[in-house]
Amino acid sequence: MSTVDPKVTSGLGWARLSELVSAVQSRQTSAVEVTQAYLDRIAADDARLGCFLRVAHHADDGPAVSALAQAASVDAAIAAGQGDSLPLAGVPVGLKDVLCTRGLATTAGSQILAGWVPPYDATVVSRLRSAGAIVVGKLNMDEFAMGSSNENSAFFPCRNPWDVTRVPGGSSGGAAAAVAADLVPLAMGSDTGGSIRQPAALCGVVGLKPTYGRVSRYGVVAFASSLDQIGPLARSVEDVARALQVIGGHDPHDATSVSSPQPDYLSACADRPGPAGSSLRGLRIGLPREYFVAGNPDAAGASGLDPQVAAAVQQALDELRRHGAELVDVSLPHTEYAIAAYYFIATAEASSNLARYDGVRYGLRKSVSKGEAQAAGRSALFDMYCRTRAAYFGPEVKRRILLGTYVLRSGYYDAYYRRASQVRTLIRRDFDQAFSRCDLICTPTSPVLAFRSGERSDPLAMYLADIYTISCNLAGLPGLSLPCGFATPLDGNMPLPIGLQLLGPTLSEALLLRVGAAYQRMTDWHTRRCPLAMGKAAQ
Amino acid sequence: MARSIENSAAQLAIAPDEVRTTAELARLYLSPDEVERTASELSRILEYAATLKRVDVTGVEPTVHAVPQDSPLRDDVVGPHDDLATALRGAPLSQDRYFVVPAIFETGDEG
Repeated sequence: MSTVDPKVTSGLGWARLSELVSAVQSRQTSAVEVTQAYLDRIAADDARLGCFLRVAHHADDGPAVSALAQAASVDAAIAAGQGDSLPLAGVPVGLKDVLCTRGLATTAGSQILAGWVPPYDATVVSRLRSAGAIVVGKLNMDEFAMGSSNENSAFFPCRNPWDVTRVPGGSSGGAAAAVAADLVPLAMGSDTGGSIRQPAALCGVVGLKPTYGRVSRYGVVAFASSLDQIGPLARSVEDVARALQVIGGHDPHDATSVSSPQPDYLSACADRPGPAGSSLRGLRIGLPREYFVAGNPDAAGASGLDPQVAAAVQQALDELRRHGAELVDVSLPHTEYAIAAYYFIATAEASSNLARYDGVRYGLRKSVSKGEAQAAGRSALFDMYCRTRAAYFGPEVKRRILLGTYVLRSGYYDAYYRRASQVRTLIRRDFDQAFSRCDLICTPTSPVLAFRSGERSDPLAMYLADIYTISCNLAGLPGLSLPCGFATPLDGNMPLPIGLQLLGPTLSEALLLRVGAAYQRMTDWHTRRCPLAMGKAAQ
Repeated sequence: MARSIENSAAQLAIAPDEVRTTAELARLYLSPDEVERTASELSRILEYAATLKRVDVTGVEPTVHAVPQDSPLRDDVVGPHDDLATALRGAPLSQDRYFVVPAIFETGDEG
């Protein structure tokens, strides 16, 4: 690059990460300037959005915490000639507050961890830092990642930057909203049943849930250990690929970490025109007929597939076909059981994982009332456990702990947890069979557009809207959500983004990224900016 | 009031008593309102999830891990770990080298 893109130097740009990184590496701008520009943006706009639970701008807390101090050390490394070894040099990154950050408070969106400061970095965080990324803060989320709207944050709700009266999705709502509003060019989320992909869809950004085990879970506050996976959110598929290259790969600190080496995700995204310009020729895209049933999912009065979402997805499929992809019908016959199986498995694992919040080793403790414990015939320790958890867990977390405890109870285990785990096997087999007929599967990410805050209070209805994202976690597969259109909802006048989901076989991230990047060369949905990011938001 | 709750609970998949027992296992105190609400919410979820009973799972192995793999072994060598002060720093109450908890065998004493 011979001239400096002013958008990059201002830190306000919608430039690709590659442009930002090379500008920092070549010292056309500095990591400090970029970081300061994004901190200014956060200071100016986040009060309206609520994306950040904590911003890392406390220089007094030391270099592990201060974003500007981190940036200064990246600039020093570049000055010392080490810039080429920093693939994310100067990239401000926001972290969902489920990732442990040394010296920077980590709450998982819960009161019970309010003020807790981790003594170590999650592997993902240390890899980001080593790559030259700047941790600028911790992002809002549903408490312990339990929710689809970010309304379950114990601290404050996060808003959708396309329409601040609406939810950003969840549970990585802060991550998706922050990227959409250009408060950060890159964020990390976690996905247990769709928590990266669904908010990415509702906020019009790209979100990748990698294969289970592709990214280390060391230092991640656990929700459901057999389903949780960390992944990046950014505006382009290429940016997401760049981030996955850094955070992915084997980690001896995580026994479930996949040991096979990562392919080169960035070269997978590169433009390689095929014969006659059909870059997707030979690609077979499977359409699960169960996912496109009108009205599905609608077991309990929940809204089904919004016709505007269906139309945008159909348009995307037409585009992919025009570029050479072949569309094939596939079947995932156990789809209708996925949500039930998921909620038994996820809550069972959560009830076990969240047993550690007992007021002993970290987090808050609710002091014991001696008289009441005696009157109830309980030990003071038992009483302290129960009081602490009752006081500092929110309603959705309690609901899931109770459901999970119930399904694991002696006498119910076979009927619920074991049966759900058997159905999980059948869901995995469905995907195996489908992938014998296609290379990847294409679906809507969310059946609905972003809904209004406070509009949905029924927990079961909220669970049912996860229909398209949940099976992927049960089967451990990678899933990519990317913007594929906009629609104005019936109850509003602001156009809202729509997400397209690509699902692939185990460890097929490179294929998903290749197809996603190709789609983004055919379309410009991902370049649309929300009013707030363009500086034109109504006050 | 209590009677009407118990009456309506007769229709529920989970009775309030079951919720109380489950809450005790989960180490959660619930208010009477929370017990009632939880019974109703969990019952609806369980009724929905009863669809799982329609699936023939005869002979199907349960999946406990999404990506099956053998348990990896590490070399049996001592590695670095956090010091004691760091480990205790996040505790609500600690003394010397220990986490402090309320009395286990006596009732109602903070210890």
